[in-house]
Amino acid sequence: MTAVATHSPARKVFSGLVKIRELGIIVALAALIIYTTTSQPRFLSAQSIRDILLNTAILAVMAAGQAVVVITRNIDLSVGSVLGISAFTVASMMSDNPGLPMIVALLVGLAVGALAGLLNGVLVRYGRVPALVVTLGTMYIFRGLIYSWAGGDQVNADELPGHFLQFANDSILGIPWLVLIALVVVGGVSLMMRNYRVGRELYAMGSSPGAAELAGIKVARNMLAAFIISGALAGLAGVLFASRFGTIDASAGNGYELNVVAAVVVGGVAVSGGSGTVWGAGLGALLLTVIGSALTVLDINQFWQQAIVGALIVLAICADRIVAVRIARSLRKRDSHV
Amino acid sequence: MSALLQVRDVSKSFGAVAAVQGVSFALEPGEAHALVGENGAGKSTIVKMLAGVHRPDTGTLLVDGEEVTFTGPADAKAAGIAVIYQEPTLFPDLSVAENIAMGNQPLTRLRQIDRRTMNANATRLFARLGVQIDPTRPARGLSIADQQLVEIAKALSSQARVLIMDEPTAALSGVEVDRLFAVTRALRDEGAAIMFISHRFEEITALCQRVTIMRDGKHVCTEPVSDLSVDDMIRRMVGRDLSALYPKQDATIGETVLRVEGLNRAGVFRDISFEVKAGEIVALAGLVGAGRSEVMQAVFGVDKYDSGTVTFLGKKLKGGNPRASMAAGMGLVPEDRRQQGLVMELSIERNVTLPRSRALAKLGLLFGGSERREAAEWTKQLQTKFGRLSDPVGTLSGGNQQKVVLAKWLATSPKLLIVDEPTRGIDVGTKAEVHRLLSSLAARGLAVVMVSSELPEVLGMADRIVVLREGHIAAQLTREEATEESVMYAAMGQS
Repeated sequence: MTAVATHSPARKVFSGLVKIRELGIIVALAALIIYTTTSQPRFLSAQSIRDILLNTAILAVMAAGQAVVVITRNIDLSVGSVLGISAFTVASMMSDNPGLPMIVALLVGLAVGALAGLLNGVLVRYGRVPALVVTLGTMYIFRGLIYSWAGGDQVNADELPGHFLQFANDSILGIPWLVLIALVVVGGVSLMMRNYRVGRELYAMGSSPGAAELAGIKVARNMLAAFIISGALAGLAGVLFASRFGTIDASAGNGYELNVVAAVVVGGVAVSGGSGTVWGAGLGALLLTVIGSALTVLDINQFWQQAIVGALIVLAICADRIVAVRIARSLRKRDSHV
Repeated sequence: MSALLQVRDVSKSFGAVAAVQGVSFALEPGEAHALVGENGAGKSTIVKMLAGVHRPDTGTLLVDGEEVTFTGPADAKAAGIAVIYQEPTLFPDLSVAENIAMGNQPLTRLRQIDRRTMNANATRLFARLGVQIDPTRPARGLSIADQQLVEIAKALSSQARVLIMDEPTAALSGVEVDRLFAVTRALRDEGAAIMFISHRFEEITALCQRVTIMRDGKHVCTEPVSDLSVDDMIRRMVGRDLSALYPKQDATIGETVLRVEGLNRAGVFRDISFEVKAGEIVALAGLVGAGRSEVMQAVFGVDKYDSGTVTFLGKKLKGGNPRASMAAGMGLVPEDRRQQGLVMELSIERNVTLPRSRALAKLGLLFGGSERREAAEWTKQLQTKFGRLSDPVGTLSGGNQQKVVLAKWLATSPKLLIVDEPTRGIDVGTKAEVHRLLSSLAARGLAVVMVSSELPEVLGMADRIVVLREGHIAAQLTREEATEESVMYAAMGQS
């Protein structure tokens, strides 16, 4: 056995490296903001910051849910379609019943999303089909449903009640509602994953699915919960989307799933499950949005945005791998039984 | 006195295979109970039924005299049954303390996890086991022995009344085994029931009061350990006499096949010189960590060495090139067959022919036919038991996996075979078969280097024994000179 004393350097290295995961994003964010601001000061104007935060909010809400699913070694590709279905449902409901309060809209969005998530979870768990395949399928199914329901119709801003549209612009204590909701979601889900039993069980399931079954963890219940959370948050994002943009057609949220997965991966959640944090995924969403805005402000071709996001994903995964190998090596060295 | 746990007439089949048939036994409070049998006798199935992983087809389980049905591992846990599995079942990304506490983490008033208490609990458990492992480090990267210790701490933490241990000592050193036994005895004396599964008879005699013997899924007998000799147990396990556990055949010793001279690697081994002749079995003995595997890996070329020479069939080998060693006629059966010896997901035939896939290919393509023919021949020679050649290797028992690894190398018709711990984790019956096989290969003129930690195996099989201690050769003994004492003394540096 090794003495405790020889562990602590390994531990320091480890905790240092783990912190770097999220630290890396913060550093990248800071560098990007400083560079962009020096060449184009209006990047840090109140309006610009507000736009960035509002745009981040919807992505971050979805990334929080996606992170939970990815941590369990699954993936939810249907979130873009769920956003669409929720946005269209809520927008239709509000245009038909303009008197309904905002809270009803939010709850309906959550419920629609949760139902979609439940379907995903049941198919993955009880159908024993990999999540990638299931959610790829439901992504098309949900999108198909919207098209057959909406057809070429769209709900326009002038059909929606004023308080619904105003919600996206309203603030409380100077913080826009959207941003506040995103903060509460990311913070709440982070807390659940970090400090509550169910959160740790989700990490355990992603870390070693076989061992999780043997440990008596309620794997089925937890997995359904993970997909329901992801679905419900995509549903919530749908309401925020409808409120913010006002015009909703059948293509709402098309392709969002890839942005969400990108935010999660760039945010340091390992696609192999078991590691990463929800707030890291939130930071990932912020970073992606800032990159988008910075490129616009710097007047760089939008095409580069995709290439840069792609490079970031590859970089994040490589960094992940290198860190993992390093940790494994340093831990093994210090613990070898000779 | 009512039994803590009772297994009554339990049967379980998987498809057409009856894994367990009509087995009954009981675990009394304050008893350590051994469960022995060859691999494939149904021990693991019994363990999995008690753990709630499998449900018996027929028959009942009783806890405290009451019938129970386990729908999953959580039920068994709730009934006070803790299981230490043969293969560690840790979560690599979580901390050691979290691994131990998973499912019953201490909570604060807000139902959040109380990390400080959790870590303190882990530290306390490790102190009880007499080991020091940092509870906040992740489980990833722990040595196998440490992983096993964490598993044991996990079982202790659940305050189990029934503790089932499936070969917990396979990866532990002598000191660690002693500590584990001390803790186990303490638990037993507090009234817990222990079920202990092991292939090491000396451990069974040291720890257990009663033993249940199984063969081919059936219950053979349950008797006090003191009433049975080791020979009795083995006879009942295999159902036949095992006088020839080490069937050493006489072989004519031929010319020198391998000559190692002055091999050095800084910090690992130094000044290693020995020879192996055709038809000879040379054992490398010594304690774990003495550098035995490292020497042979350097000879084979997997690892580098700093100085010295390796002469094989009269030609000097350049170091660090396993491909050249293989081409020259050397084979290495590694210690960890699951990780290094086999591709578990691939079929038996693919595994057997893997080193020869180039030779068997036509126009660079492999058509199953030649692979299948070759694999069928070798698996038959080695009496491997399997369903179909196309089954994944992972579905075979440990002993049969080892035979597939051997078949794989024998198919390359080597002149020298290096086997590292050839019978680790293999049951007695298959062990004897592996021994017989090695003997007959030597008799046919193959030179064999065997790295082994099992003294009886070393003494029973080797023509010559090279004893390593802390990276250098402590003694070279002939078959006649070697006794359990002389080898052990050399390995431990006493005389």
